[in-house]
Amino acid sequence: MRSHVRAWGIAAALCIVALGVHAQGARKLEIFSWWTTGGEAAGLLKLFEIAKKETPGLEVINATVAGGAGQNAKAVLKTRMLGGDPPDSFQVHMGRELTDTWVVTGFMEPLDDLFKQAGWEKTFPKGVLELLKGSDGRYYSVPANIHRANVLWYNKKVFQSAGVQPPKTVDEFFQVADKLKAAGVTPLALGDNGIWAATHLFETVLIGSLGAESYRGLWTGKTDWNGPGVRKALETMMRMLGHVNTDHAARSWDQANDLVIQGKAGMTIMGDWVDADNLAKGVKDVGWAPAPGNTGVYDALSDSFGLPKKAPHRAETLNWLKLVGSKEGQEAFNPLKGSICARTDCNPKLFGPYLQWAMEQWKKDAIVPSLAHGAAAKESWLTAINDAMSLFVTSKDVAQGQKLLTAAAAEAAKK
Amino acid sequence: MRAARLAPVALVLPSVVLVAVFVYGFIAWTAWLSLSNANDLMVSPVRLVGLANYARLTEVPRFRIGLGNTVTFSLTFVTGCLVIGLGGALLIDSAVRFEGLWRTIYLMPMALSFIVTGVVWRWLMNPSSGLNLLLDGAGLGALKSGWYTDPTFGVKAIAIAAIWQLSGYTMAMYLAGLRAIPGELYEAAAVDGAGGRQTFWRITMPLLMPVTLSAVIVLGHVSLKIFDLVIAIAGPQGGPAFSSDVPANFMFQTVFQANRFAEGAAVSIVLLVAVSLLVVPYLTWSLKRGIGL
Repeated sequence: MRSHVRAWGIAAALCIVALGVHAQGARKLEIFSWWTTGGEAAGLLKLFEIAKKETPGLEVINATVAGGAGQNAKAVLKTRMLGGDPPDSFQVHMGRELTDTWVVTGFMEPLDDLFKQAGWEKTFPKGVLELLKGSDGRYYSVPANIHRANVLWYNKKVFQSAGVQPPKTVDEFFQVADKLKAAGVTPLALGDNGIWAATHLFETVLIGSLGAESYRGLWTGKTDWNGPGVRKALETMMRMLGHVNTDHAARSWDQANDLVIQGKAGMTIMGDWVDADNLAKGVKDVGWAPAPGNTGVYDALSDSFGLPKKAPHRAETLNWLKLVGSKEGQEAFNPLKGSICARTDCNPKLFGPYLQWAMEQWKKDAIVPSLAHGAAAKESWLTAINDAMSLFVTSKDVAQGQKLLTAAAAEAAKK
Repeated sequence: MRAARLAPVALVLPSVVLVAVFVYGFIAWTAWLSLSNANDLMVSPVRLVGLANYARLTEVPRFRIGLGNTVTFSLTFVTGCLVIGLGGALLIDSAVRFEGLWRTIYLMPMALSFIVTGVVWRWLMNPSSGLNLLLDGAGLGALKSGWYTDPTFGVKAIAIAAIWQLSGYTMAMYLAGLRAIPGELYEAAAVDGAGGRQTFWRITMPLLMPVTLSAVIVLGHVSLKIFDLVIAIAGPQGGPAFSSDVPANFMFQTVFQANRFAEGAAVSIVLLVAVSLLVVPYLTWSLKRGIGL
């Protein structure tokens, strides 16, 4: 009997201790991302700083997984989510990467109330709001930033001495490329180690060949992958590949950018993280323009954050999401990350010349979702397109390329 | 009496249970998964679809290329290790000076993980650094190559790194084998008037057969399972046009990038069968002879 009493006493004491620990541990927030270095890590830490100021005593757990442009992080995230141990919020590309992986499977909580409360339906552009919605028409994530994928970066000195202007159309691109070649410069720098940079180039070619509307149709089934538009894009891509550096398979995107910086190559087509790279390397002679045929189209990708249903610290996470979408949060994060605000009301003076240009375009351009960066197609589809690109870049076989792309689209439409 | 009988069972039981669950249980689960329709993050209801996943694999170019690469890699890697290993062992055995030093130098790479080896060789075989600079400097510019970035060279570049890592181990195996051959055999051969070449082909090589077989099995199953080295050198995409890709890498991508769990499981089962075809006959053979792996 005595021992029983003692056992109950111990159990009760343990419960009290556990409650105490729980109450203490409640002000926690675990944010999962692949932002481990450079400006993006600095931007993330800045956001944490603000979050801690807003909620004194908040303990932020910075759960990062480095490497592979998020590939490793995504694999770890999958094991955590499926294992029932989600972080409070995680970095995920706006669009299909979020909706088709986590929303359709019922892991996320809709954020309509938050959007209404914060008035975001007025502050985010329509094109973005559409991409944040699941198939049920509800909002599922808050965009922290916007990157532009379809930018042509060129070495001003090289262009000047070759007597060329940044090409506006695909035809102009090949004229410029021939002149650069004649001047002894590699026309187009490509670093497609890991293939995504080739897919990235291809998506700008698709936009250039199809236009914004038909490009969007590729992802909704309205545009035929087996049609003449995609065929033309593949042919253009094949011709472009004839103008790239021979060691493209060994280089990464930033090593390709180095060719442009050093004047060994005339231009490269890459996302606007090139601007951050150039600023970090102290480069000033590099100019920018929309990718050939992409004028008036903003090929967008965004890092966004959502609310997993099983998030252990729901209240703190909602605060975090509010901060991520707020003017203060976006103005603190984006100049460091080298991206523009998803909101249209940020102060341009906080940003460098390229980003100011991008902000102007952001307000007036047609917004389309980026393929290579998770906005346009679900992960299995993107993987299949990457695999098709991997073969196409080497074989340059247009018919085979179109066959693989068509098969990938058919497979993706199955469910 | 009963306790004495139960004790061994009780001692072995935990590991039997663990192996049953975590090895054979998961193999069974993977096999079941490979026959299901679980080709998305969450599929409900999960049902069996027969061999559909396997049928689809035959149509995926990447899988076909990966299988071909595995054959090329295994042949290059196993042959390379055997030739270099045997050569090294014969040299060291023929009383080279500083034997211990050489042995250590050649065995050293084995102590590294494939990831470390991979990172080192990734730079050595980068088209604009390492080996190519060395070849340029030596006036052998004609031998320069794109290595793993050249689709025609592809997986052979991975094999070079793997040979570097494991030929020392093969050498150690051969060295032990050579030391185990009784000296009397050579004396008898000499008495019978056998020359060096005859002694080598008639005595040394036949008596090294078990070593060669063990080496082929060990190296063979390493080459069928190779994954980390490919990731570290050629990246998760397996180089241009999958020229360095292997099924294990494809399996990882299929599961964790494309969320196609059932299809990934089918790839694993294909790999498992391939490894079993190599290992099971060897195990039966060595069990009969009463020696361990």
